[in-house]
Amino acid sequence: MLLPGLFFSALILAALSGVPGLLSRGSGGRTASWMLAGAGLCGLAVAGAVLYGGHPWQAEMPWALPGARLRFQGDALGSFLLAPVTLVPALLSFYSEGYWSDEVHAHTAPRLRFFFGLATGSMILLTAAANAMLFLFAWEVMAFMAFLMVCISDQDAAVREAGWVNLVAAHTGALLLFAGFSVLAWRNGGSFDLGPLPAGFAASPAGTAAFLLLLAGFGLKAGIGPFHVWLPGAHAAAPSHVSALLSGLLLKMGILGLLRILAWTPDPPLWWAGLLTGMGAASGILALASALGQRDLKRMLAYSSIENVSIMFLGLGLAFAGKAKGLPVLTLLGGAGALLHLLNHSLFKPLLFMGAGSVMHATGTRDMERLGGLAKRMPRTALLFLAGAAAICGLPPLNGFAGEWLIYLGSLRALEPRGWIWGVVPLAALAVIGALAVAVFTRAYGVVFLGEPRTEAGAHAHESPPAMLRPMGILACLCALIGLCPWLLAPALNRAAGELSGDPALRLGGLANLGALTLIAALGVPAFAALWLRLRRAPSRSAGTWDCGYAVPTARIQYTASGFAQMLTDAFRWVLLPHERRPRIQGLNPRPGRFSVQPSDPLLDRALAPLFLGAARLANMLRFLQSGHLSIYLVYVVLILVALFTWTLA
Amino acid sequence: MSGPRILLLLLAQLALTMVLAPLLAGVINKVKALFAGRTGPPVLQLYRDLAKLMGKGQVLSRSTTGVFLAGPAVAVATALVAALMVPMGAASAPVAFAGDLIVFVYLFALSRFFTVLAALDTGSPFEGMGAAREVTFAVLAEPALFLGLAALARFSGATSLGPMLTRAGHGWVGGLASGPLALILAAWVIVFLVENSRIPFDDPNTHLELTMVHEVMILDHSGPGLAMALYGASLKLWVLGALVVRLCLPLRGTWWIDWPAFVAAMLALAAAVGVVESIMARLKLRRISQALIAALVSAGFGFLLLLLQV
Repeated sequence: MLLPGLFFSALILAALSGVPGLLSRGSGGRTASWMLAGAGLCGLAVAGAVLYGGHPWQAEMPWALPGARLRFQGDALGSFLLAPVTLVPALLSFYSEGYWSDEVHAHTAPRLRFFFGLATGSMILLTAAANAMLFLFAWEVMAFMAFLMVCISDQDAAVREAGWVNLVAAHTGALLLFAGFSVLAWRNGGSFDLGPLPAGFAASPAGTAAFLLLLAGFGLKAGIGPFHVWLPGAHAAAPSHVSALLSGLLLKMGILGLLRILAWTPDPPLWWAGLLTGMGAASGILALASALGQRDLKRMLAYSSIENVSIMFLGLGLAFAGKAKGLPVLTLLGGAGALLHLLNHSLFKPLLFMGAGSVMHATGTRDMERLGGLAKRMPRTALLFLAGAAAICGLPPLNGFAGEWLIYLGSLRALEPRGWIWGVVPLAALAVIGALAVAVFTRAYGVVFLGEPRTEAGAHAHESPPAMLRPMGILACLCALIGLCPWLLAPALNRAAGELSGDPALRLGGLANLGALTLIAALGVPAFAALWLRLRRAPSRSAGTWDCGYAVPTARIQYTASGFAQMLTDAFRWVLLPHERRPRIQGLNPRPGRFSVQPSDPLLDRALAPLFLGAARLANMLRFLQSGHLSIYLVYVVLILVALFTWTLA
Repeated sequence: MSGPRILLLLLAQLALTMVLAPLLAGVINKVKALFAGRTGPPVLQLYRDLAKLMGKGQVLSRSTTGVFLAGPAVAVATALVAALMVPMGAASAPVAFAGDLIVFVYLFALSRFFTVLAALDTGSPFEGMGAAREVTFAVLAEPALFLGLAALARFSGATSLGPMLTRAGHGWVGGLASGPLALILAAWVIVFLVENSRIPFDDPNTHLELTMVHEVMILDHSGPGLAMALYGASLKLWVLGALVVRLCLPLRGTWWIDWPAFVAAMLALAAAVGVVESIMARLKLRRISQALIAALVSAGFGFLLLLLQV
């Protein structure tokens, strides 16, 4: 009883964390943070007991809804997500006390805290929900809270539009999920309880339909291409700690759904794996290419979230292939890689969004081309952002590498004779993604934090208060800890991935020597420290940057973010279709011209937006049915009744 | 291998790399001088330059932060760790484990990350230009390297650099593998020349031409910082060179033949680079991407051909 008790304490503490602030003015922020911290401790205790102690738990209660039961299952897979889902919101809440304070945002701060708490609570619920109705209930609360949080600055038209797209996408997703779960319930004889599927179901037409519906529904939440269209706008429009919650945790609920499908299906067909791998490879590369075209720091981070979700899809693809071909090693490595990357991303993406929030807080802009040289004005934020940037690029010795390494190992194992030869796709895609990520994040860090300020906005920046720095510091330390000692997580990964492969005896230990990463760090980090200190201690004098004798260098001669990425964005122009205006250069003395380029999302701008506009126009044509007269509506009722009557008689 | 032997191998490999790496640049320059009919700088010139620079002070730009000095320090540290992971005269490297090839490649990505940031830290347009090029070419170079490694993993059934390259070194004679191996070798040679900023892709000897990548990124380093940047570049030349050499060097299994053979092959590779630099002009910037795509395709075909055979 202890574990369910702790779980429900976490759930209630988190869900109600915003309530005290609604009732009393003043100390609501601090109370909410401590309540979320309490939820975090409870959640970590439950996750630790399940993942390290091996004590899964269950709880069940009746529910008045037809087909629905309050059925909870604390398995290793859900518990693996429970840890970040309870820990990270607490840190974000402490950060928000400085970032979205009651003094500055007196009207919105209490509301925002309430939504934030409910969103966190619904995610906690999702990690253990074992009934489709319960799952969908939590899913809807989460999606609706996300919409309300995105729209908190609703006086801004761009924010309203992003919120609107978000709402449509969330409800389309929920509808697809409902349809998918209904197919499963039909197969289960009407029960909406979630659990293992019978052998042979996956290959049947109903299984195919259920998989495609659930994939689209979960994919819409996870933001994998081509279901990503709502994501960049929503994450850029929301306040930064909300973006961090959306990007770091909410997306992962879609991945959790796919992981559950993997765990329930004993015999998935091989094309499922191929589909997931293809989606992961294509959307990972294109998301980074889009990220390179963004000037908006937070939009850039949002595109990078799509890329990270794609990496998880690559791991999932391997895991599905392993199950389809009877190679549990692939399922273990791919699944553990996806899980570890999921955990890592829920640490470094909030760190980066908080860094972006601090930059906005200090300068009032998130346009990278207007920033520069912030590392000298806000050194601590710069260092923490650098740690997050290196981690998200998957560079050793930080945590991003450990997760990607497991997926790489999985794809190498897939190349063995009688393996899955398409395993080379995740390998090649990860190589391109890794190199592109370095380009994206050196660009972001270099343009925002290094060099000289490009405008006044950057020149008068100030360091953030400790209340905002401390949560970032904790996340950066966790990134370093997992990167240096990934073997600390091995028991948890073994248990969670064991549920995926259905072979709990299989261990990562013999397949991936996580201790080797510690050895590499132990060799490299002291060498680096010694060399760096040698350079720091060398006698030096300061001067201007070498300018080849040019007399009046200005900050404007620096490479811009757009210039830095130009060779790469040009290479992807044929698919990303940016809006470009080039001057026509004619004659020997051409007239002055202007050049402008604006990144676009071809799928949203050229396919979905026209589609939805057309649908709206069609719906408009049906408006004549809605006359507003009661008598006409009564005629409709009678006509329908007669039609039904004749149909049943025939 | 037993503990003491690994330690011995580790120290031998570290010492060999640290001492001999700058020699390659000297050999390349000597060969180029011979072609041009000049006497050229002494073979040991780089050693002298490094010693001189390490004793000097440095000029730091007012724009820079701590990241600027981290660039060369990370370059040397990562290249030294990578030197312990690539096999040289022995069948296996001193630091070897399943999947070490991924760590090996990512160490260079780490080095690139900080070199690029150090370049951007100065706020100089030249260095920004070099940095932009560096990250662009890596997008094509890394998959070419990885596809070759994937092919070798399939060919050897191993996921550690030592057994992979040893098996490849023996695969050239008496089998159908020599074709695909040659394709992979071609791809890797291109990657090797691009990554080390050699002609025909980049010119390490000019300083203000606009088609450069690496040299332009370290423009603002001076004194010990410049020494480390140069030393890091020569370590990288040695380590990636070892990868190329071991791909086509069959080992005998006796250390007093294998180690001299390895060093001789490394010097031969340097001489070959010198010949290439003497007889070719630098390519246009646009052509670099095309050459890298050719490398990618070549490695891809190597992979496919090996699939058919194994």
